[in-house]
Amino acid sequence: MEALSAFLAMGGHGAFVWPAYGAAALILVGVLVASLARLRREERTLAALAAGATRRGRAKLRAAAEAEAGAGARS
Amino acid sequence: MALHRFANPARFLRFSAVALPWFSVAAVACIAAGLVLGLVVSPADYQQGETVRIMYVHVPAAWMALMVYTVMAGGSVSALVWKHPLGDLVARAAAPIGAGFTLICLVTGALWGKPMWGAWWVWDARLTSVLVLFFLYLGYMALQNAFDDPTRGEKAAALLAIVGFVNVPIIKWSVDWWNTLHQPASVARLAGPSIHASMLVPLLLMGAGFTFYFAAVLLLRVRAEIAARRIRALRLVAMEG
Repeated sequence: MEALSAFLAMGGHGAFVWPAYGAAALILVGVLVASLARLRREERTLAALAAGATRRGRAKLRAAAEAEAGAGARS
Repeated sequence: MALHRFANPARFLRFSAVALPWFSVAAVACIAAGLVLGLVVSPADYQQGETVRIMYVHVPAAWMALMVYTVMAGGSVSALVWKHPLGDLVARAAAPIGAGFTLICLVTGALWGKPMWGAWWVWDARLTSVLVLFFLYLGYMALQNAFDDPTRGEKAAALLAIVGFVNVPIIKWSVDWWNTLHQPASVARLAGPSIHASMLVPLLLMGAGFTFYFAAVLLLRVRAEIAARRIRALRLVAMEG
């Protein structure tokens, strides 16, 4: 217990040492969390857009095929 | 050049999927070992007492602030000169990480300066040039998003990153060129480190841990940038189609 409080006191400079480590941890974890959140957001948007694009692409192909089939039936 | 093998975003994504877990584990292991050795095992300094332990975050953060800026400037050069498709993405992804390391360096430096120098801040060459580095990071990030046309923003920001690189050697040698309160280099010296192994080992471990952290977060952020670029391309196609 005494060893722990001596460790935390840092020879009377605990008020400078611990905030230094705390600030470093806060900034490093903050950058990491923000980066992970951004990656997740972009990948979700990309997946949604890509799904929409292939749906639109398929619909366009189908429409083109039907138009062609219709043109073939008329001739 | 070997780097060009990663110019292809698909290949980069495969590489990052393999490398990311290793970088993450290495970062956690090195930082954990560095914290134990730095906070518990290593001795107090004979002049500075326990405040010397601030060194184990302050100095590696300063190394990273310079290293990340060098990566950013390198990415900008490769984007402007060789049109490397990942150059802008790497530079863009690196900037916030570098700004974070620079902020850590400034904050821990103030917390170390107060008990040792009696001042949170002094306007000397080393401190002022690091503050300029922080503003260069912020300016780079602001400039990128200041144009409606994203490619113009990329170009302007890349130019700023390259011109601002002149500050990196100024920071490195500021303690030799000008009179300063800040102590000179004690690790990267021609004559070898002037610091005892009991302090050098945790210092280098923290440096390695921060480097792996940077590598891991950079991979994450470049992946996000690649996704953002694809989103932009898909939206353009959708508008045209």
